[in-house]
Amino acid sequence: MDRKVLDLWVGIFVASGLVALLVLALKVSNASTTFNTSDSYTVTAEFDNIGGLKPRAPVKSAGVLVGRVESIGFDNEKFVARVELKLDKRYRFPTDSSASILTSGLLGEQYIGLDGGADEALLENGDRLKLTQSAVVLERLIGQFLYGRAAEGGSK
Amino acid sequence: MDNFVVRALRHIGHIVIDGVWRLGYASRFFFLVLVRSGPSFRRFALTVREIYFAGVLSLIIILVSGLFVGMVLGLQGYDTLQRYGSAEAVGTLVALSLVRELGPVVSALLFASRAGSAMTAEIGLMKATEQITALDMMAVDPISRIVGPRFWAGVISMPLLAALFSAMGIFGGYLIAVVLLGVDAGAFWSQMQASVDLRNDVMNGVIKSIVFGIAVTAIALFEGYDAPPTAEGVSGATTRTVVTSSLAVLSLDFVLTAFMFRGL
Amino acid sequence: MEKVLTDNLVEIDNVEFRYDVRAVLKGINMQFPRGRVISIMGLSGCGKTTTLRLIGGQLRPTSGEVRVAGRPVHAMDMRELYTLRRRMGMLFQFGALFTDMSVFDNVAFQLREHTTLSDRTIRDLVLMKLNAVGLRGAQDLLPSELSGGMARRVALARAIALDPMLIMYDEPFAGLDPISLGVIGNLIRRLNDALGATSIVVTHDVQESLKIVDYVYFMSEGVVVAQGTPAQIMESKEDYVRQFVHGQMDGPVPFQYPAAPYPQDLRLETVRG
Repeated sequence: MDRKVLDLWVGIFVASGLVALLVLALKVSNASTTFNTSDSYTVTAEFDNIGGLKPRAPVKSAGVLVGRVESIGFDNEKFVARVELKLDKRYRFPTDSSASILTSGLLGEQYIGLDGGADEALLENGDRLKLTQSAVVLERLIGQFLYGRAAEGGSK
Repeated sequence: MDNFVVRALRHIGHIVIDGVWRLGYASRFFFLVLVRSGPSFRRFALTVREIYFAGVLSLIIILVSGLFVGMVLGLQGYDTLQRYGSAEAVGTLVALSLVRELGPVVSALLFASRAGSAMTAEIGLMKATEQITALDMMAVDPISRIVGPRFWAGVISMPLLAALFSAMGIFGGYLIAVVLLGVDAGAFWSQMQASVDLRNDVMNGVIKSIVFGIAVTAIALFEGYDAPPTAEGVSGATTRTVVTSSLAVLSLDFVLTAFMFRGL
Repeated sequence: MEKVLTDNLVEIDNVEFRYDVRAVLKGINMQFPRGRVISIMGLSGCGKTTTLRLIGGQLRPTSGEVRVAGRPVHAMDMRELYTLRRRMGMLFQFGALFTDMSVFDNVAFQLREHTTLSDRTIRDLVLMKLNAVGLRGAQDLLPSELSGGMARRVALARAIALDPMLIMYDEPFAGLDPISLGVIGNLIRRLNDALGATSIVVTHDVQESLKIVDYVYFMSEGVVVAQGTPAQIMESKEDYVRQFVHGQMDGPVPFQYPAAPYPQDLRLETVRG
């Protein structure tokens, strides 16, 4: 086979392979929805129970993606989960905003919902969210329900 | 009786020693290929030529298989997911299965049977017709001239083929789910993008396919180089290439998956 | 033969070679003087090809020494060996042409690998070599399009591409028609004399090689059993050489493969009993 034809085919092959990789990166994965570290700030929040929250889970406010969970740790003195949130600089929240762990749909993934407060001061890098609400754990809910029913039955 | 036991023990000993010897020989061969791969890059035209044989000629089978695998995933995924009222998640299912597992694994298996067997047969035949010896006698190192460029061509081609396979498969899933079954196109793509992660899913898939490329190509080249220089020897080595490299791909996949997706 | 040591290009000194436990060569001595065409003859499996591989440095002798141009081959490292091999040409049994290259590229292969000559110079050199074997017109053919004799001639052109000092032939006459036999035989002699090289021809084709060689070593089961000029060989009284040269059916190499006595195999005794 002619050298030029061969080179051409290999060129087409390599180019299309790279395009496929690019498609996987940009069209299929979440690369288009991640933002740079320089355009973000980090705040922490403590939860009694994070349920099934995972790193890189979305942080939403009013349903809009405003950031992602950076890391999840455990505070060995207070026995609570410490979650670092990386938020987009474009979205600023008052210091008395509250964070709660929510579930999208009945069986969907868990994410953090931010509700803005009324304070004048805004959250800065390294601040801590004081108002948090833990994940709803189904077993506890059922346990409380049964306990309540039993107490009701006893009082009758 | 004694005689039988002694013979059985001797036989087992032979098999073990033979296996260990072959493993050592293969490792030495692999090491030599790496050390002497200078010409594969200095004279890149040699490698480009082999990319044509390993990559371009595998293109059709990879694209067609990818399309069909994606279409089947779309059909099966839709069938199951719509029972739970989440037919939109079919995009997630198709993309995650392809990018994480099926893309690298199936394209590596296809690569082993298309390009790997061809490499073994070619090198085996070169050995049987004394072309390898002739090279050596002409003061041209067969490992750096013949084996090296093929090795690097395989390592370069494999991730590109796997990416094409996955992209084609996602397109196939899109055809079935959106065009044929009427899943909403926006939901299809956005659910997919929400759950496929660039680093954890796409990059890990690429790493897998590079590892598979190294394994399949190294096995194919070793089997060819080690083949007895006869017609039966070459055909036996070709069969061994497909069997061994398929097993290697599947077991390596398990190990890599355990490493990559363990903590998540 | 004159034993002027300095005049020998290749010397084999008391060489033994064992493959695993099987002794292939059991102490052989040979001298190959410069400018001569010398043949090593014997049956298949007598150690001829092994001897050739020892000279080329592809095998190491178990004991003894092979010297090429005064230097022991087995003591060289890979770089020295490759430097030496650039001055050796080898014709393999079935040519061993590179099947994915044209005739021209096959002959040009070593020139491109080992020299920095320009494309035009390489073209001229290749055409000269191809002309020497009479195949200048076949330069664009692929090895699969050549007949057995033509492939052998192309391989010969490739073997002399770098004007070697030593040309080795492994069974150059195997499987050729009578015309090609004569052509190859003549080419071996003519190219040797034109290049001022030394040639070693390993063969079992007595009639063809005796016409062109200067000296013959006869090997059997790993030892040299006879040696001499073609005339001496033809006249030899030794049983083995006579059987070999004249193609006799029975002799030191028996016609019958070792077996149980014939009547016993046919169970004649039991019938009689």
